[in-house]
Amino acid sequence: MNNLDMARELELLSGVNPRKCMRCGKCSGTCPAYDSMEYHPHQFVNMVETGNIEKLLASKSIFTCLSCFACVERCPRGVEPANVIEAVRLIKIRQQNENHLHAEQIPALLDEDLPQQAIVSAFRKYKK
Amino acid sequence: MSIEEKEFKPTIVAFCCNWCSYAGADLSGTNRLQYPANVKIIRIPCSCRLNPMFILRAFQRGADGVILCGCHPGDCHYTTGNYYARRRMTILFSMLDYLGIEKGRTRVEWVSAAEGQKFAETMNSFVETITKLGKNHRLEDLRCNKQ
Amino acid sequence: MQRIGVFVCHCGTNIAATVDVKKVSEVLLNEPGVVFATDYQYMCSEAGQNMIKEAIKEHKLTGVVICSCSPRMHEATFRKAVASVGLNPYMLEVANIREQCSWIHKNVEEATEKAIILGRAAIAKVHLNAPLTAGQTPVTKRALVIGGGIAGIQCALDIADAGYQVDIVEKEPTVGGKMTKIDKTFPTLDCSSCILTPKMVDVAQNENITIYSYSEVESVKGFVGNFTVGIKRKARYVKEDICTGCGLCTEKCPQKKVPNDYNLGLDNKRAIYIPFAQAVPKVATIDADYCTMLKTGKCGVCSKVCTAGAIDYTQKDEIIEENYGAIVVATGYNPIKLDAYEEFGYSQSPDVVTSLEFERLMSASGPNGGHLVRPSDHTEPKTIVFVQCVGSRSTTECGKPYCSKICCMYTCKHAMLCREKYPDTEVYVFYIDVRTPGKNYDEFYRRAVEEYNVHYIKGMVGKVAPENGKLKVQASDLLNNEQLHIDADMVVLAAAIEPDKSARPLATLLTASMDTNDFFTEAHAKLRPVESPTAGVFLAGCAQGPKDIPETVTQAGACASKVIGLLAKDHLVGNPCVAHPDEMMCNGCSTCANVCPYGAITYENKDYSRRKDGTMIRRVAQVNPAVCQGCGCCTVACPSGAMDLYGFSTKQIVAEVDAICR
Repeated sequence: MNNLDMARELELLSGVNPRKCMRCGKCSGTCPAYDSMEYHPHQFVNMVETGNIEKLLASKSIFTCLSCFACVERCPRGVEPANVIEAVRLIKIRQQNENHLHAEQIPALLDEDLPQQAIVSAFRKYKK
Repeated sequence: MSIEEKEFKPTIVAFCCNWCSYAGADLSGTNRLQYPANVKIIRIPCSCRLNPMFILRAFQRGADGVILCGCHPGDCHYTTGNYYARRRMTILFSMLDYLGIEKGRTRVEWVSAAEGQKFAETMNSFVETITKLGKNHRLEDLRCNKQ
Repeated sequence: MQRIGVFVCHCGTNIAATVDVKKVSEVLLNEPGVVFATDYQYMCSEAGQNMIKEAIKEHKLTGVVICSCSPRMHEATFRKAVASVGLNPYMLEVANIREQCSWIHKNVEEATEKAIILGRAAIAKVHLNAPLTAGQTPVTKRALVIGGGIAGIQCALDIADAGYQVDIVEKEPTVGGKMTKIDKTFPTLDCSSCILTPKMVDVAQNENITIYSYSEVESVKGFVGNFTVGIKRKARYVKEDICTGCGLCTEKCPQKKVPNDYNLGLDNKRAIYIPFAQAVPKVATIDADYCTMLKTGKCGVCSKVCTAGAIDYTQKDEIIEENYGAIVVATGYNPIKLDAYEEFGYSQSPDVVTSLEFERLMSASGPNGGHLVRPSDHTEPKTIVFVQCVGSRSTTECGKPYCSKICCMYTCKHAMLCREKYPDTEVYVFYIDVRTPGKNYDEFYRRAVEEYNVHYIKGMVGKVAPENGKLKVQASDLLNNEQLHIDADMVVLAAAIEPDKSARPLATLLTASMDTNDFFTEAHAKLRPVESPTAGVFLAGCAQGPKDIPETVTQAGACASKVIGLLAKDHLVGNPCVAHPDEMMCNGCSTCANVCPYGAITYENKDYSRRKDGTMIRRVAQVNPAVCQGCGCCTVACPSGAMDLYGFSTKQIVAEVDAICR
């Protein structure tokens, strides 16, 4: 089943237009984590374009991506595959359907060395 | 407020550049696309030939709306004419607004030679706007209105 | 007061069905100045035209208004008709009561009323019409071709064949352009030099052609039919008419470390050089950046060995002026610089080369005499990887958004030649798409795959890293969905092509328009593909867009035919609807000249001295009617209202506005 609604949401989240991809495969040619991935950068983009998100969400590949941004750097059309993956991760986390973080817990957890930015980003990700 | 006895028929002057919009107007005729008879077209070589004075003159002589049609930006037959027109009209329209002539009474629209449909639609919507705004009395030279 | 005749056309029932034509002609007869009005079934027919002619004679008409179809349709027809009986054709106006009235309205009353108003506007305009005569300008029967590559050569030969004088301006010391650097040509694999050098000789021997080599266009003045072009002849420090091209100086010159640009810097030349054996003109040139004599004043070996006495160290750049009727732009292309593409290691390893460099490595006239070896250690490469679309089809800053068009075919040619000459070489081609539209092109590509066993892989190379004398190539194979790691000996990059750097300043000189990629734009993408929107300027070859040799030659021929068509005319008839200043009102502020897209406006100091006022020299605008296209931009820009446009004067348009709003 293709989930086009989710694909559109992904486009919004990542700010990437997958239709800009001309299928040159330079992202996959440059990817250092290629061999440990089930789906490869060029496939991520294609799967978002066709709405084939369920498979992508179920795959471990999305967490194998190192976010090294080599694909973003090399892509001749400015598609930014790494940003797609980041958005898929975000959707995956949001789908966990549970609050992982409660405001009340914060003081107990707070580490003095933890940067402010990390707390904000954690809330963004784990607070439903 | 009295009920108008006669249906209000605005007078509208359309300036069309020879290469795109005038041809677009011809095309809407060829395709038999209807638009109100209130619109009278004046042919000018390029939208940049439109002296702001012509618009003032039209309002002075009792026009209720003036529209300028030119080639799409970048497609001007004379390369850059419509860019000049666009700038001039931006300034003129804000000045007219200041003088009390509503923004809706003046309009610039880019119509290519292939856009007969767009030309008719533009004219229909423009006439509708002007009809809603009613008769224009600002700038009108009453001496011209004796008859 | 004008004597105006009004002619209302029925156009069968096209107009008559919704417009009461009788009423229109009756009402318009009462307009001031109208002495005759009638209606007829078909005004554009022979009988209708005769009716107009008769009426002009009978009623001594000085102006004519025709209420009919769009002026875009039949204005020219009617103008011809009135001109045949001695009335100035510009004393005629057409009121468009078909396309802009009868066809778009259904209500007869409304349509008739509108037709009358449109007729009135036309009458009001005719009252202010003035007889106009189109100006004539003579045509200089000589053409200038800028760029001496295959496009320029072909174009010059075709124009010269028709009997006209042609000058070629080439910035390099020899004509021939990029084609001289190419080894073989696709899809026939015939040797590039073998087909080009006879043409170069033809150009040199054709008595209608003058070659200005090592020269550049410095200034362009004038307009279609009458260009005056300043050509800078760069000092080559060798007298062109005396040098015999024996080449002795190029062997004796002690300065041996000069990068040879003919071989793209793959080897060295001397400071005095002839680019290659078949150069035209075959004359030596001194590279002033490297010549010891010119830099320090101590050497002079070349002048000692030259038996003809052609060396002249005191030569200076010289500017000559010539007149031309037409200018052809054939400035060509260059491969883009690959410095921004670090992932391919172009600047890290000499074994990563561009396709044009590979062309030189394969060529018999190249640095290795045609024996393909790695530039780093001069060993034969066993594995060669070709990468296509390097910089092409890229929306990033360092790339070009367009397809360079020629790379698919030359890469295919290179791969095929490698496999043919060195069958033990493994050849990989990484492609995004293989684009082979063209006669026998796809067959050529399939032959490379099927008969020569070139490995075509759909995918892109992501990384090239030099390691232990090898090149580690990391790439993706999209069809097999795997990542490949190849140890290559050489990597060849099919770099995108871009217009020559000289094109942009040249376009400014010519006032010719360019697109965002610096390609010259054509007057119409489909119907006028070899003309620039600037009259008298024509386009050939890659200056207009990426092209291969057959296409370039075709375009150059088409361009030549357009040039011949222009030069064949003795006079050019202009458009009389041009701008003209009222010199008494002009204050010489230059506003009009700044907005004119054609550079038609110049300034002149005129003497307006009168006895009682004393001397008065005023700077006033002058419009060149041959250059002015009549857009009217200057008329609005003029702060003192001195500019006006014939045919669409301010008074005429105001009269139309008044007639409509009345």
